[in-house]
Amino acid sequence: MTLADLAGTSEIIICCGSGGVGKTTTAAVLAMQAARTGRRAVVVTIDPARRLADALGLDGIGNTPKAIAGDWPGELSAVMLDTKSTFDAIVTTYAGSPEQAERILANRFYRNISGALSGTQEYMAMEKLYELQADDAFDVVVVDTPPTRHALDFIDASRRLTNFLDHRLYRVLTAPTRGVMKAVNKAAQAFIRAVSKVVGSDVFDDAVAFFGAFEGMEQGFRQRAERVLELLSDPRTAFVLVASPRRDTVQEAHFFAAKLGENDIPVRALIVNRMHPRFTDRLPEAHRERAATLAGTELGALYANLADFALVAAREEQHLEGLADQVAPAPVVRVPFLPTDVHDLDGLDAIAAHLF
Amino acid sequence: MDAQQFFTASRVAIVAGKGGVGKTTVSAALARAAALSGLSTLIVEVEGKSGLASMFGKAPLAYDQMVLSEAAEGAAEVTARTLTPDDALLEYLHDHGMSRLSKRLMSTGALDVVATAVPGIKDILVLGKVKQIERAAAAGAAGSPDYVVLDAPAAGHAIRFLQSARGLVDAVKVGPINTQASEVLELLTDPARCQVLLVALPEETPVNELVETAFSLEDKVGVSLGPVVVNGLYPEMGGLEADPEAAAEAVGTTLRPGEADDLAAAAQFRRDRSALQRHQLDRLAEQLPLPQLRLPYLFNADLGPADIDTLAAALLEGIDALPRMVPAGARDGGSA
Repeated sequence: MTLADLAGTSEIIICCGSGGVGKTTTAAVLAMQAARTGRRAVVVTIDPARRLADALGLDGIGNTPKAIAGDWPGELSAVMLDTKSTFDAIVTTYAGSPEQAERILANRFYRNISGALSGTQEYMAMEKLYELQADDAFDVVVVDTPPTRHALDFIDASRRLTNFLDHRLYRVLTAPTRGVMKAVNKAAQAFIRAVSKVVGSDVFDDAVAFFGAFEGMEQGFRQRAERVLELLSDPRTAFVLVASPRRDTVQEAHFFAAKLGENDIPVRALIVNRMHPRFTDRLPEAHRERAATLAGTELGALYANLADFALVAAREEQHLEGLADQVAPAPVVRVPFLPTDVHDLDGLDAIAAHLF
Repeated sequence: MDAQQFFTASRVAIVAGKGGVGKTTVSAALARAAALSGLSTLIVEVEGKSGLASMFGKAPLAYDQMVLSEAAEGAAEVTARTLTPDDALLEYLHDHGMSRLSKRLMSTGALDVVATAVPGIKDILVLGKVKQIERAAAAGAAGSPDYVVLDAPAAGHAIRFLQSARGLVDAVKVGPINTQASEVLELLTDPARCQVLLVALPEETPVNELVETAFSLEDKVGVSLGPVVVNGLYPEMGGLEADPEAAAEAVGTTLRPGEADDLAAAAQFRRDRSALQRHQLDRLAEQLPLPQLRLPYLFNADLGPADIDTLAAALLEGIDALPRMVPAGARDGGSA
């Protein structure tokens, strides 16, 4: 299946890869292509650096979809994930009563974790994805993932929160409200004392109050987490691995591909951005030799320059060897370094020309 | 500026920047430059990945310290250690007489729950460990490095990482975590002990992000910013305007079929990208009044020990050309 087929048929496209490889731009181009084929596409970015806004030449896209005007038969919208408001919204959804929601939203511990819990961003991205794919206004949701090595944590992100709520320590913490204090053994009490000693008792009290306030909401969270997981392993969802040809980023791409493999999720396409153009078929050494013979002349400089680019192109192909095999039969698409930076729709067009 | 003066102005350098800008490469080159100036240098790596060791031609890092480049011919040694938050937490608990607790934390998976109960605790433990190394070095403890380079996690993450101290001082009012966070904050905000070197590529989006990060770090953390390191600049090369056919005729030679086009296209590409890079350097200088240290793009794309030496030499050259002591603030400091 080609990349164009993916953009034309997938219902969810998830772009993953390490930071700085052009994931956000790639996600925007894929969504734009879907709009070109007449589909209604929405692209979600979770990068707080507002790169997508840059790429689309747009200011002020926010947590709700905003339409982007363009000459396509379909529709294109963009969303910038706001982790905290998304978290607030699901708390409100699953709370048994407005008062329960209120109690959680006002809790200091909640306010801390809703912004900073490791994996919260990934988890909320999945929530947003879930919300948007269920929205009849869109045919395809394209998601950009966080630029960290932990980006793939989104696979376990929803599972993690439910595990967290299920954890024995949580049960211990909430035991007083469950009326099973007797079940708390001595070891657990010692544990609580030790933890309080480290973090301070007011933080600890906040945490206990938080878990208490969550009482009864785990089930809703768990069901939602299961549905998100199903969605990720559905064949209508396509994972696209984005990389650049540098040695270190290729190593990271191997890591991402392996991690997806562990979860039985195939890589459906590999996009390698920022490839240096290949100007010559001859070996760099041949040009280098010629440059040495002609040193000091204009022609010598021209050959030295050609040798530089022949060398980097050869090295980049070397670095990519193996990665294509690892993701086979996924198509591998190379996008050259463009003469200018991408920061508007024309720039996205230029990339689209290489992708489709 | 004298390199010795530069590297002794603050003992800890935190190298920060967005993913893909070459933070780890810059950390390696900076450490090597300090070592070449006679200062034994420790690189602290926090993500448990990084091709750091291979840049020095060595096998991957372990938690324990390892030597990346030996002391020789006036150069001091470069060592490195990986310091992941989990390791730091275990070490912290051990040092505070809670070894048994730490074992239970590991075996039950409660570690994440504890870390979650106090956001930023993992970051503060890593920074706390760096502070401990810095204090030992300042006190002249045996085996302490002269200079410490911290390869920070990728920003926006880096902002959160460095902000954790301030957040925790506010969130946890008493106890060992409060003490730890306060001490880390003192380190971060004291220009005589610590400075942050931001790394960027000479491209539009990375420049925008660097400027944003610089101001956030100053406002929210109060760190002192050192020079900005701009990575990946195509080395200047004259003679690329010439028409290949004419240039060949001038030296009385001929070109293979099609080669004139190859030469011209490659020359055009380099000229265009170089112009773009220069434009971005100017833009960066306009928006952020910090001196710049510039590193060349390496076409062999290999990043082995020889390349790190090339980059270290470029850093030393840049430091030598720095006009005076690095200004303490990005806004009021100037590069003139």
